[in-house]
Amino acid sequence: MSRQVLLIEDEPNIIEAISFILSRDGWSVKTHSNGADAVDIIRERQPDIVILDVMLPGKSGYDILRELRDDPDHASMPVLMLTARGQTKDREIAEQAGCDAFMTKPFSNADVLETVRALVDK
Amino acid sequence: MPRDTLTGSRIRERRVMSGLKQSELAKRAEISPSYLNLIEHNRRRIGGKLLVDIANALGVEPTSLTEGAETTLLATLREAASDSGMPEAEFARVEEFAGRFPGWAELLANSQRRIETLQQSVEALTDRLTHDPHLAASLHEMLSTVTAIRSAASILAEPGDIEPEWQRRFNRNIYEDSARLADTSRNLAQYLEKADTDASETNAPQDEVDAVFQKVGFHFPALETRTADVDAALDEVGEGLSHAARWLLSRMLTRYRDDAAKMPLAACADVVAAIGSDPMKFADRFGCDVASAMRRLAHLPDDVLPNPVGLAICDGSGVTTFRKPLPEFPLPRLGAGCALWPLYRVLARPMMVHSELMQQSTRTAARFRAYGISQPVGPTRLAQDVLFESHMLIVPEPMRDTHEPIREVGLTCRICPQPDCDARREPSIMTIPGRTKL
Repeated sequence: MSRQVLLIEDEPNIIEAISFILSRDGWSVKTHSNGADAVDIIRERQPDIVILDVMLPGKSGYDILRELRDDPDHASMPVLMLTARGQTKDREIAEQAGCDAFMTKPFSNADVLETVRALVDK
Repeated sequence: MPRDTLTGSRIRERRVMSGLKQSELAKRAEISPSYLNLIEHNRRRIGGKLLVDIANALGVEPTSLTEGAETTLLATLREAASDSGMPEAEFARVEEFAGRFPGWAELLANSQRRIETLQQSVEALTDRLTHDPHLAASLHEMLSTVTAIRSAASILAEPGDIEPEWQRRFNRNIYEDSARLADTSRNLAQYLEKADTDASETNAPQDEVDAVFQKVGFHFPALETRTADVDAALDEVGEGLSHAARWLLSRMLTRYRDDAAKMPLAACADVVAAIGSDPMKFADRFGCDVASAMRRLAHLPDDVLPNPVGLAICDGSGVTTFRKPLPEFPLPRLGAGCALWPLYRVLARPMMVHSELMQQSTRTAARFRAYGISQPVGPTRLAQDVLFESHMLIVPEPMRDTHEPIREVGLTCRICPQPDCDARREPSIMTIPGRTKL
């Protein structure tokens, strides 16, 4: 069974592009676009890795990550955060919240692919 | 050590004005011309009998030679010096500098004020970049769109077979996203252009309002009638003000009109003639609150209240919302003043009128009676906290012997020499004898 990526992002064309490159690389890609119930979806789907956007409707990516890390079952689930703001401050918040990797938009497809592979193989 | 070394300059000024030669004045005061020359150039300190002799020879009051209106200038110069980390010895010569080179001193003080204003607008612009929700949303939108385009474009550009259906899909996505990007960037450019126009109004709104009050002299005849129209008055005095400044001024003028309706000018004249500028008696006569009385006193014209009074109002956060400084009691343009002022101390004792004598530690030649009261703002609501606002009326007090304690207060910490002050929040850059500079 192929490994599963859960992409939580609200921009449809980014979802389509990332889904495409990850599927082509052999990943099973599930997507979700709302922050409010994102934690429930993660618990339900139990993906191998989560790609999490910071700016989501309903709840911010930081809050979702903190909730996830407070739950012992998901304390070590690999999470790659995406943000449209590359300030040092944002990176610090993300790291304190407990993300494994952090990428700023616009990123390259190759970087996403490489990071996802690296985090799951770690 | 604060000291007034400008006396010499004032003597020189008075002498030149009355057309006296240096040798003539020296003869009348029974000193040598060369000694007088040193005094006039602020190279020798002067006081006591000699000062009285010279004043008599010039036909002026001795105090007119020792007291000047340079307080604001000196305070600004000290601020400028403290910003530049000037050596102590040089710093102590600020009054000498102002006395010997008044034009240059004024220029330096103006530059200092200009720098402060510019610093404020830089801060405002930085705030805008960090906190402006529109700007943040636009940037986020642009970056998201660019990301989508970049991802789709690189899928198409990279080697490898892509099914025609997917190709069409990504082409369409790129087309749509690029149109969106064009819109967002156009809007952003327009927004920034507008922001640029706003930013060219470099003055802080509070500064603009201050300037209006200074220009008008704190009294608005147009608002003294019962039918006074605030909007008309605002149009008259508020021309060229920024939107924010107009908003501030409109609030202040509305308050002015309401105070004037409660305390009509003609009645004020009678009350002042009978009781002077005591805000509590004033409030009693009109049956209104002490803070309104303080505001009214501060806004009376000189022909009604010949000795003008100063006023500072601050909100519960300590930010000054209104300032009417006096020549000898300046109020800082930016930030808060001295925490010892009744203005701030009464915030801890709402509704109690506080009165005390005080003098600013950098200028002991002038004494004031300060009245402070902190009163609720807005209506009282069931089980809701009340917000407080504090008023401080500053009334010049004659110098005479008194048993009442006189509180030494500062203007701002940095330029206040007071040692061992519990209210200190910043080290002083003034020279303190027997102490090393922090």
